[in-house]
Amino acid sequence: MAGSKMKLELSRVVQGKGRLGVLKGLGRTGQHSLKIPGCLLYTHFGSVPHLTQDTLHTMRDLPSVTQVTLSTIAEHQEVLEEFKDGFRKFAGLHDTVLYCSLHDPATSCPTGHTTNKTVSVWGSGGRIELTAAKFMALQRTIQPDWYQSMADGETWLSDTSRKRVRKSVDRTLAHLDECLLVHKNSQEFEGAEILGVVEGGDILEERLRSARETAKRPVGGFCLDGFQAGSMDQALRTQLINAVTKELPEDKPRLLQGVGQPDEVLACVGAGVDLFEAFFPFQVTERGCALCFSFDISPDPERAGSAPSTVLELEQERDAPVEAQQNGDNMVDGQTQMTSFEMNLKDKRYQDDFRPLVEGCGCYCCRNHKRAYLHHLLVTNELLAGVLLMIHNTAHYQGFFSALREALATDKLDLLQRRVLSKGDRPGGKSE
Amino acid sequence: MASTIERGAPPNALGSNMSLKKALSAASPLSLRIVAECPVTKARACDLILPHAAVSTPVFMPVGTQGTLKGITVDQLEGLGCQICLGNTYHLGMRPGPDLIEKASGLHGFMNWKKNLLTDSGGFQMVSLVELSEVTEDGVKFKSPYDGKEILLSPEKSISIQNSLGSDIMMQLDDVVSSTVTGPRVEEAMHRSIRWLDRCIAANKNPDRQNLFAIIQGGLNAELRKKCLEEMTQRDVPGFAIGGLSGGEEKDDFWRMVTLSTDHLPREKPRYLMGVGYAVDLVVCVALGCDMFDCVFPTRTARFGSALVPWGSLQVKHKQYAKDLQPIDPDCHCPTCRRHSRAYLHALFKNDTAAMHHITIHNISYQLTLMRSVRQSIVEKRFPEFIQAFMKRMFPSPDQYPSWAVDALTSVNIKLE
Ligand SMILES: [Zn+2]
Ligand SMILES: [Zn+2]
Repeated sequence: MAGSKMKLELSRVVQGKGRLGVLKGLGRTGQHSLKIPGCLLYTHFGSVPHLTQDTLHTMRDLPSVTQVTLSTIAEHQEVLEEFKDGFRKFAGLHDTVLYCSLHDPATSCPTGHTTNKTVSVWGSGGRIELTAAKFMALQRTIQPDWYQSMADGETWLSDTSRKRVRKSVDRTLAHLDECLLVHKNSQEFEGAEILGVVEGGDILEERLRSARETAKRPVGGFCLDGFQAGSMDQALRTQLINAVTKELPEDKPRLLQGVGQPDEVLACVGAGVDLFEAFFPFQVTERGCALCFSFDISPDPERAGSAPSTVLELEQERDAPVEAQQNGDNMVDGQTQMTSFEMNLKDKRYQDDFRPLVEGCGCYCCRNHKRAYLHHLLVTNELLAGVLLMIHNTAHYQGFFSALREALATDKLDLLQRRVLSKGDRPGGKSE
Repeated sequence: MASTIERGAPPNALGSNMSLKKALSAASPLSLRIVAECPVTKARACDLILPHAAVSTPVFMPVGTQGTLKGITVDQLEGLGCQICLGNTYHLGMRPGPDLIEKASGLHGFMNWKKNLLTDSGGFQMVSLVELSEVTEDGVKFKSPYDGKEILLSPEKSISIQNSLGSDIMMQLDDVVSSTVTGPRVEEAMHRSIRWLDRCIAANKNPDRQNLFAIIQGGLNAELRKKCLEEMTQRDVPGFAIGGLSGGEEKDDFWRMVTLSTDHLPREKPRYLMGVGYAVDLVVCVALGCDMFDCVFPTRTARFGSALVPWGSLQVKHKQYAKDLQPIDPDCHCPTCRRHSRAYLHALFKNDTAAMHHITIHNISYQLTLMRSVRQSIVEKRFPEFIQAFMKRMFPSPDQYPSWAVDALTSVNIKLE
């Protein structure tokens, strides 16, 4: 097996609460590290949506692992083959660990195209069918540091039969074996890691079988697939993930695919998940919204009170209860539905609001611009809206993960949970 | 950067004799220092001191119509060396409206732009964008596309909005007629523009903070242009724009009107040629004596994947670049070219809007760099050589030089090789 330097150092494991630690020795030269619980940097073809390297690097402490998806890269195999130096260099990304997943977590892909030997991905030019051999040939040109093994993840529809779920587990294991065989025999994968994929839909025994079998293989870590939003409720998801992670070795990271809402992240970290894909801030950006949920767990009693610095003042929200209802969770924007963790900046009430998106936020957007300006950019359909929102939402989401790690370290998870879940006060919030 | 070069350069003989750094008028928040004049052409390099920063001319001003420059942050724009950009009064007057912008401490505050802003009068957009417009002596009447209400944009109203926007340079409301229209309507528009200039001057509430530029009209008629120049140059305005051109007229007519205008404009005030931004037009019109330019073209074309290069343009989305691993322009030092290949940008266009931002940055950088090179060559007294090299690079062979450019340059003593 190609020698990877990756090592997971756990500093704290609280049963039912989560695992705190650092993934060290990342990347082919081993100079990167990533704190867990944490998230990856979500990109479209290597670019964080809407951002250039200049705007991206207005943020500090970005995740050291960049996620790219095979679905967008597959159609560019030819040029990557000619280029020879891998996708990271091709995309102008220099100082990052590259992780390649099969699908884009923010795009649902059509079902019904998986066979015993193939899976399909959808790029801008349509469907591309992959055998394990083709999949590995692609990975060879991409040269990622980590990559998700080929997997049949078509179990998330509610009417998936037990037989179909079992087939998905079998196929995924067979794909993994094929990938591993090529992986260990190719010099190009020296220092790279395969993440094995745990399938099993909503059937506990299939989940356990998938986890146990995958754990027997020489994988660098695990992708937990088939838990994405819409596939099951959080209680079942937590229960299944709990069961799965008990079967996985302590010393390897677990990446949960397709889950990103803060409340769900908290529950899944509690169930033993280490890593998430950061597509949620992108979805929020696409619907013209800004993340504004509180994650302030500082001991300062004034800040911890009813008006935490990270959240907008409550009195203003009470001024406009009618609008809050109109723009609540029922709103469908051609995109994903708005959640209670965000504010809808297209709302008229922000037109003359000269406060930053989130008081106290240190992101480029909040340091330089006001809600009124963002509102203006959104109603005039200006491209800068996406840029500024993406910066803020990414920074806010990173801040949440940082608070989550701090809470794990200082036994403040309950407080964090209360902060994050304190709905009803924010625009678009449900009353609970 | 440019200023270091200037200090090293020998002072212009003409300039030092005539003590060029003179205050135009006690109240005017603008001063123009002529740094160098081309001994061959009418080109000049100046420092234009405006309330928010000094601007090195000749200058290209990117257009940020709605208080934002097409996906580029103000820091990125400043990072490219931009010292002045445009906002459109018509758009901003509609949304978010002058009251809101005034509350945000003007357009500078609203968009958080620290350098200079120039705003147009709003008249041009109205005539070109809004169908139901009617021009009377009072102003331009139109129906709001948002609520259908009838609105009159008078000279006073235009200035009042621009006063709220707080721009460093405001434009007078002029009576715009298409440059292809001929006959009495052109004359009427010219005379009306003069009357409206007087009303604009009287309406300016902030003459100590905001410069009002006159706009020379007169269509393609030399006599009308001269008449307009004669009248307008008698007004105490801090600068002049050459208007009514760049609207589809023959290039032969265009350059003649430009050079006629600069012949009659006072040397000590800035000259702004409106709506001009193609590289060849910029270089030729600098030779004809213009200092300032604006155009939506470089940013608009960027969003369609068209990158400006010294040899014309490069369509990044075209298939031929799918495997081209060079930067857009290997000699370009912009953030895009320093990091990304044509092939990557080609593929990124299929995946994310960031691809557009990359080209927009490159194109703004191209325009600003071009003008900096023009300026430097004027300062170093080698502008004629610069033009020769520029044209050679832009066109595959001299027989493809546009005849109007050849003629225009000949008129200022440049014989293209
Ligand atoms: Zn922020
Ligand atoms: Zn460039």
